Parts: sequence; structure tokens; C-alpha cells
Amino acid sequence: MIMRDSFEPASREEKESHFELVKGVSYWQDAWRRLKRNKVAMISIYIIAFIFVFAFIGPMFSDYDYTTQLRGQENIAPSWGFPFGTDNLGRDLLVRTMYGARVSLIVGVCASLIVLVIGTVYGSVSGYFGGRVDDVMMRVVELIYSLPDILVVLLLSAVLRTPLQIWFNSSGGFIAGKLSVVGPGLISIFIAFGLLYWVGMARIIRGQVLMLKEQEYVVAAKALGAGSKRIIVKHLWPNCIGQIIVTTCMQIPSAIFLESFLSFLGVGVSAPLTSLGSMSADALGGMYTYSYRLIIPAIILSLMILSLNLFGDGLRDALDPRLKK
Amino acid sequence: MDNKKLLEIKDLKVTFFTHAGEVKAVGGISYDLDYGEVMGIVGESGSGKSVEAYSIIGLLQSPGKIVGGEILFENKNILEFDKKQMQDFRGNEIAMIFQNPMTCMNPVYTVGNQLIEAVLCHHKIPKKEAQKRAIDMLNLVGINNPENRMKQYPHELSGGMRQRVMIAMGLICDPKLLIADEPTTALDVTIQAQILELMKEIQKNTQMSIIFITHNLGVVADICHRVSVMYAGKIVEQGNVDDIFYNTSHPYTKGLLKSMPRVDAEGYERLIPIEGTPVDMLNPPEGCGFATRCQSCMKICLKEAPPTIEVGERHTSSCWLLAMPGEGEVN
Amino acid sequence: MTRYVVQRVAQALIVLLLITSATFLLMNLVPGGPFLSEKAPSEQVLAALNEKYGLDQPVLVQLKNYVVNLVQGDLGVSYKMQKNRQVIDIIMEMFPISAKIGAISLLLALVVGIPMGCVAAYNRGTRIDSSLRVLTTLGISVPGFVVATVLLILFGSIWHLLPTVGLTSWKSYIMPCFSNAFYPMCYIGRLARSSMLDVINQEYIRTARAKGVAPITIVFKHALRNAFIPVLTYLGPLTAYILTGGFVVESVFNIPGLGRYFVQSISNRDYPIIMGTTIFLAALIICMNLIVDILYRYVDPRIDLSKGGNKE
Repeated sequence: MIMRDSFEPASREEKESHFELVKGVSYWQDAWRRLKRNKVAMISIYIIAFIFVFAFIGPMFSDYDYTTQLRGQENIAPSWGFPFGTDNLGRDLLVRTMYGARVSLIVGVCASLIVLVIGTVYGSVSGYFGGRVDDVMMRVVELIYSLPDILVVLLLSAVLRTPLQIWFNSSGGFIAGKLSVVGPGLISIFIAFGLLYWVGMARIIRGQVLMLKEQEYVVAAKALGAGSKRIIVKHLWPNCIGQIIVTTCMQIPSAIFLESFLSFLGVGVSAPLTSLGSMSADALGGMYTYSYRLIIPAIILSLMILSLNLFGDGLRDALDPRLKK
Repeated sequence: MDNKKLLEIKDLKVTFFTHAGEVKAVGGISYDLDYGEVMGIVGESGSGKSVEAYSIIGLLQSPGKIVGGEILFENKNILEFDKKQMQDFRGNEIAMIFQNPMTCMNPVYTVGNQLIEAVLCHHKIPKKEAQKRAIDMLNLVGINNPENRMKQYPHELSGGMRQRVMIAMGLICDPKLLIADEPTTALDVTIQAQILELMKEIQKNTQMSIIFITHNLGVVADICHRVSVMYAGKIVEQGNVDDIFYNTSHPYTKGLLKSMPRVDAEGYERLIPIEGTPVDMLNPPEGCGFATRCQSCMKICLKEAPPTIEVGERHTSSCWLLAMPGEGEVN
Repeated sequence: MTRYVVQRVAQALIVLLLITSATFLLMNLVPGGPFLSEKAPSEQVLAALNEKYGLDQPVLVQLKNYVVNLVQGDLGVSYKMQKNRQVIDIIMEMFPISAKIGAISLLLALVVGIPMGCVAAYNRGTRIDSSLRVLTTLGISVPGFVVATVLLILFGSIWHLLPTVGLTSWKSYIMPCFSNAFYPMCYIGRLARSSMLDVINQEYIRTARAKGVAPITIVFKHALRNAFIPVLTYLGPLTAYILTGGFVVESVFNIPGLGRYFVQSISNRDYPIIMGTTIFLAALIICMNLIVDILYRYVDPRIDLSKGGNKE
């Protein structure tokens, strides 16, 4: 049933109202939406948040300090008064676990920040300037890549232990005091991160910069007379933010993983400071009789690393539009 | 006029079932292909031209599904083939070559290895014979020094040479139908011309049928006998090459021709692009897919899909302009 | 090809030399010699000890002597842990044990990891894939010592299925090797999966299907070899990981291997042992990287043999 007037020409308005334009969504909104849809990542965020609260706020609710030794209360199994039990020196293990978690997290975040700063700057400079500068800088990266990292860390900690100890004992300065709490083992770990682990980040950032520096807005900025530093900071970095965030996030669980490994071997944190790794090492002796002393920090550690990894995965999927489902 | 047709596509419908919704990539197309005929399929990206080609050769992957229609190859409905039958069929009776020669071959195996594989998976002949056949094919497609080329790896060959090898691989089992999915789009213009000449020559000698998918009307004019113009998953105009170029009927086809630069243009003629943006295939509007971009759009075009009307011998067009009351016949 | 190998070997030796010198200088320039931790010896004893071990000479001279000895296979003698025993003998005694565990772990990681990744890729999107992804993510999140200790407690103490100490029978190898292999196994699984998925989406796979190649052939001939390339690249760091993972495993399971000894030598500051073991391990890792690099060029013909260094 075709009406005669249906064959009248359609007006512009009729045509335009005919289809709805899809609303444009910004990159970040889109990424956030994708992240929210990822159930695993969302659960991981909650777990991470919970662990954060556990580590940083938990101790405020406890009567004990992580160093307090309660005579007569040694070796108690998990019970009402001591939810995680006590160790052989009578220290409440719940509080110690909280502190251990705190140390592990702080080490993870600090190490990642070191990697972030050094890696991003190095990668940007190398990628942006290209040519000989890039060649030389990448050669150095290759050299560092070929070094066996754990060996370096072990050596550093072995070597630095005595001199640092001497310095701490002799110097009464503020820095020395603060650093002595940190301990030579941890300091070695941070130095190792500063020397070795930024290369991954540097490579990724360099790749991004190489891609981005050919873009038109960079050429335009250069034509307007912008200096290199300005271009890198104002134009290139904001466009790498996705990669920067993801890589840094993925660095945190790696750092915690490494620290726990080293603490377990005895070259990480030193007493009385404790991390989840060193707590596990301490519990090794009484592993069969007091299994909980080993299992509890081990599980919390694994949970921490797992949820950080899962969250990092989810973050990467959300920020990378080319999803591999 | 009742010759046995090589290929008959009847009302083919293909839908992609994605997370965001159903995309009706192909909304019911039909065409026939004779032996020795070259059919050009023209359309923009997203018009569905590649999708229908993949459906013919059975390479359609999820989330795409053929939801309706028939594809008759020598009177057999290949949509009813099982996996094994289809696998025997592919590369043997129907072959396909693709757009990007740089990535089409496995980088870790030699050219010879991949050519011989193409033969051996369909014919149980001794390796020496397969090798000879491969060398013959390389000669046929105009590659010099074929014995050496067989030992080379894909990355050692230029783009044009790789495309020739791809053609050789497609033809090596003497298929009756070759589907070429934009085979020259990724090549330099001069190489384009060479490859087209090569294909024309081979087609004349072997009388093989070709489905030539492209968005380039110039290529169509060069090599095709018949043309189907696709838009938004439907064929909007179909006919012989001459009819399409000189008796253009559909507004879209007219728009395409007008937007092409011409060698014989006088002075500085502006190119007239087609306004608007392609259809959102997730929420296709009712009526004619081209309506919102059409200069001659009428009220009815926005409401109902146009019928397919015969405008000449073997020349059809889907447009309401041809179905105005008092004009033409409505099919 | 030969020229490339020679070039790389020379490079490797230089790196080794650098590592040796750096380590040596590091240990000797930093204050606090090896004898200070024991009850502080008297001046004369200290002087005598220093002279005996050549520690009173300038550092660079010491380094030169060390390297000269090193080339002849003399790594010095232990200061503390086994007084005056040749370091090279100590290493040669302990290494085979570590090597055995390391080799089994390596094999386990590859033999389980790669098929795991391929199965996940092939069944992408199904329950199998999801479960494997969870498992592998778990595997790379749980530190080796956690795996080792949990296994010990479960299988050794609670269920009494496997021996807990030493290397008495073939059963004693199960837990240590598995603990060491778990992380790399899962890492390789993830790597293999994503690599396989990448490959399956490549256009040359589509070409193979268009040719009518059988699905099995597509997987094993076309896909696998290409997917294996990233896994091969990981083989170098993998060796390093297995070697150092041995430290933890040997400590937990009380296995008298080189790893455990090395860790002990660090706490004891027995410098010759530290030096010797470091050089030995570094040499192993560099060697493995070299082998992987050469293998790489056989697997992927795109890598240019005439140029040095990997193409990124």
C-alpha cells in the first residue's frame, strides 16, 4: 500500500532524524566501563583494598606492637586472644603479619616508583633523540638485560651489609638513623631495582615514543619551536599514560615477589623489621609443629601478589582498545 | 539461455553475533556466475563484500554465521557440506587470494614448501612431481628463476612477487573459481597494473571464473565482465560492465562514478564525494540503507526497503526511483 | 653463521670478564674484609692472614692475579666454610646435584607448560581455557618458597606421602623439582597461550585454510613453530630462574647443592666461594643465552644472520 505522497522527496530534517548518532565516549570513561565489567579485576581491587586496610590501619586496633615480646605467652596457637597465635618470642603474630604486609606493600610501591622514574626518563630520551644516542643507550640496556639479576642483588646485599652497618653505627645522622631501620638488605634491593629493573619499562616507553614522535602534533609542536623536554613531557607522556600505568602496576607484584624471595633467603629485610617473606623464613624451623606460622603469611603474600597481578591484567585489557578476548 | 551455471547464490544472509549485538553483514544477496565469467563485487569497507566471499569458500569464522540462503556450486549446495568435504573443496575447486601479500605467507617456511603443500594436500602425487608443478606455476605467473625462488623465504621477496606467488598457490590445483579479495589494493600502482594483466591473461587462457572484490571502479572496468555493487550488506545494482558504467541506474553507483578522478576531466573539476557516513550495521535503519546519503531520497525510502527492479537485460537495481507509480515494472 | 657464533662467544667472554671484575672490585673496595666478623683477630694475625691470601696487595693487582688464575681454572680456596679447600673442587662436587634438579625442573616446565598453553588457546573461551588461565595466574603469583613449603607440609608432614629431607630415592625429587618448575611452567603456559592466539589470527593461517590444508597440519606445522619463537626467547631467563630458584628449593628441602651453599657463603662472607660460584653461575646463564640465540636463528629465518644482536 504505497501512498502517492510517499514519493515526495524527503527533507533534510527527516533524513537526519532517521538515525541516532552514537554518543561519543571519552577514552577514560570507556576504559573505566570496561574495567568495571571485568569481574575478576573488580574482585581483585576489593581484595587489594582489604589488604591495604589490614596492613595500614589494622595495627591501630591491636594492643600490641610488632616488637612487643610477651613473656609467658610464647608459642600459642591461633586462639581468641591471639587470632594468628604467637611466635617463639611471644610476639603477637597478627600484628606482625599486618606489619609484614605493610612492609611488603611499601617495598613493592617504592621499587615500582624507582622503575617508573628511571625507566620512563631513559626510554623517552632514547626514543625521542634516536640515532646514535638511541643506539648507545639501547646497548647499555642490552648489557643490563644480560646480567643475572638475582645474583647481582645477592652480591650487593652481601657486600653492602658490613659497610652499611658500620656507617649506621658510627653516624648519628637522621638519614643514617632512618636507613638503619630499613636495613642493608632492603637498601640493596632498592639499589638493585635502580640499577637493573627499569630496563623493561625503558624499552616499552621507548617503543611508544618511537611510535608517537612521528605524529603530526609533535611535528607541529616542533615547528612552533617547542624544546625537546617540553615536547616529551607535554605531548608524548600524556599519550603513553596508559602503558605507563599498566607497566608500573605490574611492577608492584614483581617487586613484592622478589623481595619475599630474598627475604626468605635471609638477604632481604633485617630484624626487627619484618616482611611476609622473612616471617615465612622464621617459621621454617618449626614448620611441622607450628605450620600456621608459615602458612598464614605465605597465603596472605600469595593473595596480595595474585590480586595485584589480576588487577594489572584487567587494567591492561581495559586500557588497550585492541582487546584480545 | 539455460546454461549450467558455475555458481548460484540465492538470498544469502550472514549475521555476526557479537557482544554488542547482531550485525547483519549480508542481508540477502543473490547473483549467478557463469563459467569463464569475471564478476566484480564493488563496495566500501563494511559493505559486506568480503564477508560474502568468505561464506562461499567456507572461511567464515565466529561470531559470523550464515543464517539463510543457498550457495550452489555446479548445482551442489555447498552450505550443506561437512567439514571434510569443504576442506577437499577449498584450494581445489575454489581458491581464494587475499589482499595483503606481505602477511599472507608463513614466514618460517620456504616458498617452495608452501607451494608444494598446496598441491599435496589435494593430490597424492610424488613430491618430485609436485615440485615440478610448483615451478611451472611460478613460470606461469611470471617469476623468473623459479628454481631458486622455491628455496627462498617470503620475506626475501618483494610485494609484487609475493602476490604472484599467492596467485600461483591459488591456481596450482586448477580451480574452477578464483575469489580475489582486493588483490591489488596493497600494491604500488605499476605493480597493480602488472598483476591485473597477469590475471586477465590467465583467465583468458584457462577460462576460469573469478569473483573480483574491490572498491576501485577502474580495476572493475579493466577486468570484469559483470559487476555487483554492494552497499550496507545488499546488492544495490547488478549488471554487465558496460551497463553499470554507461547506463548507471542506482544513485549510489552514480555517486561512486562521480567521485572518481577522471583522466579526461577538463580543467579543475571538483571531485564530488558522497555525503554522510556509512550505515551503523548494529542498528540499521529501516528502509533503504543508502537513504540518508542519497540526493534523491524520498519519504518512502526512509520507511521501506526498495524492491529489485529490472532495468535492462541482466541489469537490476534496487531503488524506489524506478518504482514510481506509472513507471517501470515492479518485481 | 660461524662468524656470528664467534662474535657472540667473544661478546660473552667480555661480559663474563666484566662481571668478574665488577664483582671482585665490589667485594674488595668495600670496607670490611672477610675476617672481621669472627672474633677480631690481633693485628699480627690479621696481617699474616692478609699476606697469606694476597689481600695486602693493591686491588687491581689482586684482580689481575685472580683473572690469571681463573683462566687456568684456579678459583682460589675457601676462607671460611671449608678452610683451604679449592673452590673449584667444592663447586664441582655440589654442582651435579643442583644440575640434576635444575634439568628436571626445566624439562617439566617446558613439557607441561607448552601443551597447557596450546590447549588453552585451542579451546579459547571455554571452561578449560578459563580454568587454565586462573591456574597459570596463580602459578606466577605464588613465590617458589610458598609452593615448596606448602607441598612439604601437605605431602611430607600431614599425609606422609613423600620424603621431606635429602635425596634418598626418586620420590625425593618430585617435590623439589615441581616447586622449582611451577612458576616457569605457568609463565610458559601463559606465554604459549597468548603466542598461539596471536599466531592463529595471522593471515598466513587463513591462507593455509584457504588452500585446504588439514586442521591438524595447520596447528602443528604452521602455528606451532611460529608460536614457539617467543617461548624460545624466554628460555634464557628461564635457565637463570631455575638456577636461582634452586637456592630456595635446596634450602627448604635441605638438599646439599650449590645453591644452598652459595646462600650460606653470602651470610658467611666467604669471598672466594661467593666469587667462584657467581662466575660459574653467570657463565652458565650466559652460555644458555648464547645457545638460545643461535637456536633462534634456526627457528626463525627472518632473523638476519649477518647482523649481530636481536631485531626487536
